[in-house]
Amino acid sequence: MFRSFALAATVTVGSVAGAQAQDTEILNVSYDIARELYAEINPAFTSQWDGEGDLTINQSHAGSSKQARAILQGLQADLVTFNQVLDVEILADAGFVAEDWQDQFPNNASPYYSLPAFMVREGNPQNIDGWDDLVREDVSVIFPNPKTSGNARYTYLAAWAWAMDEFDGDEERVRQYMNALLDNVEVFDTGGRGATTTFVERGIGDVLVTFEAEALNISEQTEGYAAVVPDRSLLAEFPVAVVERVAESRGTQDVARDYLNFLYTTEGQEILVSFNNRVHDETVVEANVDRFPEVGLFTVEEQFGSWAEAQETHFGSGGTLDQLLRN
Amino acid sequence: MNRPILIGLAVLLSLIVIILPVAAIFTRAFAEGVSVWAQAVTEPETLAAIRLTILTALIVLPVNIVFGLCAAWAIARFRFPGRRALLVVIEIPFAISPIVAGLCFLLIYGAYGPVGSALQPYGIQLMFNLTGIVLVSLFVTCPFVVREVLPVLSVAGEDEERAALTLGANGWQIFRLVTFPNITWALVYGAILATARAIGEFGAVSVVSGAIRGQTMTLPLQIELLYNDYNTTGAFAAATVLALLALLTLVLRALISITHPATGAKP
Repeated sequence: MFRSFALAATVTVGSVAGAQAQDTEILNVSYDIARELYAEINPAFTSQWDGEGDLTINQSHAGSSKQARAILQGLQADLVTFNQVLDVEILADAGFVAEDWQDQFPNNASPYYSLPAFMVREGNPQNIDGWDDLVREDVSVIFPNPKTSGNARYTYLAAWAWAMDEFDGDEERVRQYMNALLDNVEVFDTGGRGATTTFVERGIGDVLVTFEAEALNISEQTEGYAAVVPDRSLLAEFPVAVVERVAESRGTQDVARDYLNFLYTTEGQEILVSFNNRVHDETVVEANVDRFPEVGLFTVEEQFGSWAEAQETHFGSGGTLDQLLRN
Repeated sequence: MNRPILIGLAVLLSLIVIILPVAAIFTRAFAEGVSVWAQAVTEPETLAAIRLTILTALIVLPVNIVFGLCAAWAIARFRFPGRRALLVVIEIPFAISPIVAGLCFLLIYGAYGPVGSALQPYGIQLMFNLTGIVLVSLFVTCPFVVREVLPVLSVAGEDEERAALTLGANGWQIFRLVTFPNITWALVYGAILATARAIGEFGAVSVVSGAIRGQTMTLPLQIELLYNDYNTTGAFAAATVLALLALLTLVLRALISITHPATGAKP
C-alpha cells in the first residue's frame, strides 16, 4: 500500500517535470468552437516547420473569457487565438501579452474575421433577410446572453450599429428597436454552442443569430437550415497574440510567432476559409468570392469608440442591456 | 390494495429516472455498430482521457485509504480537543459544491494564490495539470473512507485491542491482527465509493484542468467536450466507458454486501 503511494507520488512529480521536455511543445489556448479548425491548422504548420526536434502543438478550448482567466491563474499558454479582443486586452493589462499586441501581426492581429449573421429554417419560411425582420411579431429569435457570451455581444452591438445607421442616429428609435429585439428572444443560453443546440436540437425559434462562419458551417453540414447574411453587420475580429510572459520563460517565442504568422500565409488562409471564415489574402479571397455574400461592415472602433467603451456603456452593470432588460 | 400501487410506482419511477436513461446511453453509443463505437473509444484523445481518469483514481485511492484510516482511528480511539470539529471538517467536501471547491483551490494554489505564487519562482506549478486534478479529486473524495470506517471502529470498541495489549502485542501487531480484520470491508467499501466519485468528478476538475486536449482532459470533461463538438457518437461512446467503470464499482459493492453483510454495504 505504501509503496503504491510512493509510486503514485513519483508519477505526479514526473509528469510535472515532463512538461519541460526537450522537443518543442507549445500550447494554443483558444475559444470554444475552434477545435476542428486548429485540428487542421496544426498538422499543416508542423509539416512545414523546420526547427530542431519534434514539434507538438497542444490545444485547449473553452469560452475565451474562461481561458483568459485560466492564463492569468497560471495556465501555460504560449499563444492565444481568441474570438474576443477584450479577452486579449485583459492579458495585456496584466502584462502577459505585449501592450502593442494589435500591431504585432497584420490586420489588427486578426488573421480572419466573421460577422453576426442569421441561420433560418430551410426555405426561409418567414422571409427573414435583414435586422428589421427580427423585430416582427411573428418571428422568434435565438441568441445567447450578451452578459456571458462574446458571440451575443457581437450580435447585440451589430443590431445596435445597424439601428443607429437605419434611424440616422436617433437613439430613442434605436432603443425601441433593441427593446423589441430582446422581447423577441425566446431563450437566452449562456454560450454560442448552447444557443445553436437550442435552435437545432430543440427546434426552438425561427432565426438564430450567430457568426456567419457557424451559420454557414451548420447549413452545409446539416440539412434543414440556411444561412442568411444581412446587408449590414459588424466586423468580428478573431485576435491572436503571443503570451510573452509564458513563451519567454519556456523559450518558445519564435515558434509561437511563426505559428501565428502561418495563419496569414496562403496555406493557412485557405484552411481558415474552408471553415467559412472571411480572410484577407487576395488570392484566397478571389478564389472564394462565391462563398460569401457582399456585406457592409461596421467596426466596434468607429461605432462605439473601443471595446472597453462598448463593454462599459452596453454590458456593464446599469448599461444599456440592463436598462433594456428591465423594461 | 395499496401495496401493488406503491410497488408499481417505485418500479415505474426507477424505470423512468434510472433504467431508461442508462439504457439510452448504451443504445445510442452502439446505434452505428460496435466497430464505430470501438473506433470512437480508441480515438487518441478519448484514450488519453481514460488513462488520465484511471491514473487520477489510482493516485487518489491509496492517499484516501491512509488518510481515512488515520482520521477514523484518531476520532474513534482518542479524546482530544477539536475532535468534534475534525468530524465536521471531514464532512465539508460533502456539503460544498464541487465548483466552489475548484475555485478555492485556484485561489490558493493558482498563480495569484499564496501557495501558488510562492512556488512559482521554483518553476513548480500546481494547477492546470495532473497535480491540480489530483488535489481537487482528493478534496471531493476524502470523507468516504472515514465515513465508512468510523462507525465500524466505534462499534467494535477497544476491548479486543486492550486484550491484545495485555498479551504483549506491539502497536503494529494490534493494528494488523486485531483492528484491521474488523474494518477491512468497511475500508474496501469506502475506497470503492471514493474511487467511483473520483472517476466521475466533473465540476471541481473542470475549474483546475485547463482543458488541454489529450493531456488534462478527464473522461467526464472529454464527454462534455465531444458533445459540444457535435460528436454525439464519440460522446456517448466515451459515456459508456464511464458508465461501465461506475457499474464495475457497483458490482464490487454488491459482492461485498453479499459476502460481508455486516459492513455498510447493505443491499
